[in-house]
Amino acid sequence: MRWGLDGVTVRFGSRVALADVTVPAEPSGVTVVVGGDGAGKSTCLRCLVGLVRPDEGRVSRPAKTRIGYVPATGGLYTDLTVEENLAFAASSYGVRGADVGAMLDRVGLAGARDRLGGRLSGGMQRKLSVGLALIHGPDLLVLDEPTTGVDPVSRMELWRLVSGAAAGGTAVVVATTYVNEAERGARAVLLDEGRVLASGSAAGIAAGVPGAVGRRAAGDGARPGDEWWRRGAGWRVWSPSGDLPEGTEAVRPDLHDAAIVAALAAERGTGGPSTGSTEE
Amino acid sequence: MWAMVTKEFRQLRRDRRTLAMMIVLPVLLLVVFGYAASFNVHDIPTAVVGPGASRAAASLHSPFEVTRVDPGGDEAAARSDIAHGRAVVALVARPDGLSVLMDGTQLFSAQAAQTALARSGRLGGSAHVTVLYNPGLKTSWIMVPGLAGLILAFVGTVITSLGVVRERQAGTLEQLAVMPLRPWDVIGGKIVPYFLVAAVDLTAIVVIGRLLFGVPFAGNVAIFALGAVLFLLVTLGMGVLISTVSQNQGQAIQLALMTLLPQILLSGLIFPLSSMAAGVRWISYVLPLTYFVRLSRAVMLKGTPITGLWQPLVLLALLGVAVLGLAVLRFRRDLAPGGDESDDDPAVRESVIA
Repeated sequence: MRWGLDGVTVRFGSRVALADVTVPAEPSGVTVVVGGDGAGKSTCLRCLVGLVRPDEGRVSRPAKTRIGYVPATGGLYTDLTVEENLAFAASSYGVRGADVGAMLDRVGLAGARDRLGGRLSGGMQRKLSVGLALIHGPDLLVLDEPTTGVDPVSRMELWRLVSGAAAGGTAVVVATTYVNEAERGARAVLLDEGRVLASGSAAGIAAGVPGAVGRRAAGDGARPGDEWWRRGAGWRVWSPSGDLPEGTEAVRPDLHDAAIVAALAAERGTGGPSTGSTEE
Repeated sequence: MWAMVTKEFRQLRRDRRTLAMMIVLPVLLLVVFGYAASFNVHDIPTAVVGPGASRAAASLHSPFEVTRVDPGGDEAAARSDIAHGRAVVALVARPDGLSVLMDGTQLFSAQAAQTALARSGRLGGSAHVTVLYNPGLKTSWIMVPGLAGLILAFVGTVITSLGVVRERQAGTLEQLAVMPLRPWDVIGGKIVPYFLVAAVDLTAIVVIGRLLFGVPFAGNVAIFALGAVLFLLVTLGMGVLISTVSQNQGQAIQLALMTLLPQILLSGLIFPLSSMAAGVRWISYVLPLTYFVRLSRAVMLKGTPITGLWQPLVLLALLGVAVLGLAVLRFRRDLAPGGDESDDDPAVRESVIA
């Protein structure tokens, strides 16, 4: 592992924010940290960039000059123009003669260069934030929920920026609440209440679901049991033993199913998809 | 409506600072106005010199408080006493008559002295009164040097704290902490622009005071500038310090006003220190504006040389080192990567986790 968290535990007083969390960040690779609100994603990322000190475990990261970080708040100045924001970031990172124009083109904001940061749409603000973090060509790019609350088109463009950075050799770590975005990374880490539920490639996590997952078309409104969850118009069920209830047909679990099975397994204290072959 | 009332009380209960301000402020104002807000002068430090000094001193009554009797002294000695602030009134008792010198920068004391002299027929009848430094006893002459200090305190404390808190609220402070900037780059970079704005403000006040009110500038500009720089360091430090304990701009303004109000009321800017009750006056001596008001009046009106101002200058320097030092330490912790968070407010950390 080049950069990343290795068995990191973070405590805030008596509260454990992260428990033995490993998040690798490899050059040219995208690691997606997926979890709900309060799962510990931000603490993970803040730990990675050095804003939070781990109580246990190891954190490896490049020098500060080689890190690009976008906090969940965006970290841009709303009362500076797009161009001024980029110029400030370039100068802070000590980049002389930074090609602000090229970055404006890259993030698709060339037409808005004189607009104030606060006057940009949510999606444009996020793209500018990513541009600020990329201006110095970092070795490690860390993005905290860059796509939350962003329209689907902007989200696609943001992911194109992320992929572009990785293609250029940067190690990227992205936090998100959207499970489907985990598929965009070479590696996903599912986080819940500060613990890793599953880790590996999205396909690997899905394939590693123990037991069987079944589907039933929509019936009555009540949830049939503890191992059931709604998916679209129908129900899904997880059977740890592999014996599916009557009236259900077996399906191949995807990452959504795997995330829920992992949470169910964690509740019961049994092994979820994180165990076994999915660990690469 | 009951729902609104309940909600409002719940919110108020959680906003401890506003609650404290609502309770503490009226009490503070009552105490300050009760004990400090007074224009009545009870004691006027008076020096009596010249051959007839002993007799003249014996004839002085309250509010004159004779601090020095020197039959061998002359008018030059009397002027020196006033110039160095050792006396507000000086009597020169010569065989051919009595002359009285007064310190016009001590407006209320000088006015009280004039009234007392006029009442006392023996002295007032034959005495020749000269008011030094502020012959017209104009209020604007003593207010402008003091207001210069107040403006510096305002820019230094309120505007600076807002500027830093804005970064915290917008989340850009976190971004700055990750950038390869040294804590001092960030603090210095935040302070320097406000420092320059305050310097422009100060120049404007002095120039406008001179043009509109004819306020003189008798002293050395360099000494005035030195005093202003030291005072600004204290107020900028207070601004940064306030920002480190405030989560939003509202809290920062609240705290900044709580530091400005006592300075406005207790620094001698409006009410003379000599009129304040001793129990309140000690607060004045820990307020930076007290020393800047004294210094700027002395330099602008009296032309006091640096030798007569070492006390306010040294005290401002000490306050500056203490306040700015504390501010930098606290601010560094905000910026120090992986900094020790052990004594952070738990409520703040909860939001960090989310």
